[in-house]
Amino acid sequence: MNACFRSARRGWLFAALALLVSLAPVGRPARAGTVLVAVAANFAEAAQRLAPVFRRETGDDIVITVGSTGKLYAQIVNGAPYDILLAADQRRPRLLEEGGQAVAGTRFTYATGQLSLWSPDPRAIAPGQGPALLARGGFRHLAIANPALAPYGAAARQTLERLGLWRGLQGRLVMGQNVGQVFSMVATGNAELGIIARSYALSPRNTTPGSRWDIPADMHAPIRQDAVLLKPAADNAAARAFLAFLAGDPAARAVIRGLGYGVGR
Amino acid sequence: MIGALDLGPLWLTLRLAAISTLILLILGTPLAWWLAHTGSRAKSVIEAVTALPLVLPPTVLGFYLLVFLSPGSAIGGMWVRMTGENLTFSFSGLVVATVIYALPFTVQPLQASFESIGRAPLEAAATLRASGWDAFFTVATPMALRGYLTAVVLSFAHAIGEFGVVLMVGGNIPGRTKVISIAIYEHVETLEYAQAHMLSLILLVFSFVALVAVYSINRRFPLRVG
Repeated sequence: MNACFRSARRGWLFAALALLVSLAPVGRPARAGTVLVAVAANFAEAAQRLAPVFRRETGDDIVITVGSTGKLYAQIVNGAPYDILLAADQRRPRLLEEGGQAVAGTRFTYATGQLSLWSPDPRAIAPGQGPALLARGGFRHLAIANPALAPYGAAARQTLERLGLWRGLQGRLVMGQNVGQVFSMVATGNAELGIIARSYALSPRNTTPGSRWDIPADMHAPIRQDAVLLKPAADNAAARAFLAFLAGDPAARAVIRGLGYGVGR
Repeated sequence: MIGALDLGPLWLTLRLAAISTLILLILGTPLAWWLAHTGSRAKSVIEAVTALPLVLPPTVLGFYLLVFLSPGSAIGGMWVRMTGENLTFSFSGLVVATVIYALPFTVQPLQASFESIGRAPLEAAATLRASGWDAFFTVATPMALRGYLTAVVLSFAHAIGEFGVVLMVGGNIPGRTKVISIAIYEHVETLEYAQAHMLSLILLVFSFVALVAVYSINRRFPLRVG
């Protein structure tokens, strides 16, 4: 009886040991080949298309987290374990570098954003009639990203100010937290018009091309979007490889350009 | 924007919570009464529907409201024809969202109260020739006081704290849909931590007081059923 009890106990000991061994980290090769990329909402489509291209070329995986630049910034400052930030502006990457959360000297402009006034209704915006349509005001709501939070919102505001319409539109402006939410507000028909990142209008997932006015780049300050390597990834070769891919790979540049971004320099 | 704390969102939130709570009491009372007294087989289904907002993430409610209140939908379209305005991105739309979101916090305490009172006091009132309405207001309502107080405090507090749904259907319009939780979110995202701290502290203190109130109500008004 006693022996039997003892052997049963040994059995448990073995089981516990086996469990411990199975839980121990087995070298974790995944880390070396995985890059956690925090992506501003406007660039989500591009990042998702770049990931398989990058994987084909290097074998490394890209894991994407999408949010507004402001939210991602706050998460990073508070210790979120991302390797790279693809911001929608230049300010947040610079602040991260100044604050010591990013690796100095790794910042560069990976894309320049473009705006479009968009409606899912194919007849809503007649060719060349974008400004006239906004001025006429035959709509209840125009959705823009919140200028306080999102660079695309700030650029939308500058455009409307340039057109002399900002103050007049106050009662009709609704704000999304980022261009992604703006797109959903318009796509669901809650707002008739929205100022979105052109990448959303050009996305193959946008099943309603609708009609749009591509806002000329000189209507607002250029939306220079900077990338930066974050501190936790200082020694992550895959992360550095992705930044190099983003900056100079012809296939990557073609994907980015194809979604309506400016690339160059 | 940095500097003075804008209290507009706070007042807007209080107004939203007050109006929603009032509507919830009006809608919730008959529903809770029916649930407390019915022998219908539909009871479980209706109870489940009422409790759905407790378990669904706000994103689900927000998404459905965005779709079903949009001007292209039946309800949203009717609203546009009646008022000339959108239901989404409006204060009225937020009231609709809040009423749906906080429904279980009104109905469940009321139903529990009505159930614990039972039929006997009302039947006694009827033998004294009180009409149904009379019996409800002079007998049932005072006896269900605890349930009403709990329902009001919980519904009001939930309306104050709502975030996810408002984020999706509100549109962040100052004075109309920019409630306190949205204002805090925006302050955090724009690195205005001082303002975020102030508004958050107000919410924290308010929520604590509300919960203390609920627990004291439960102590001080024991069910007077005998």
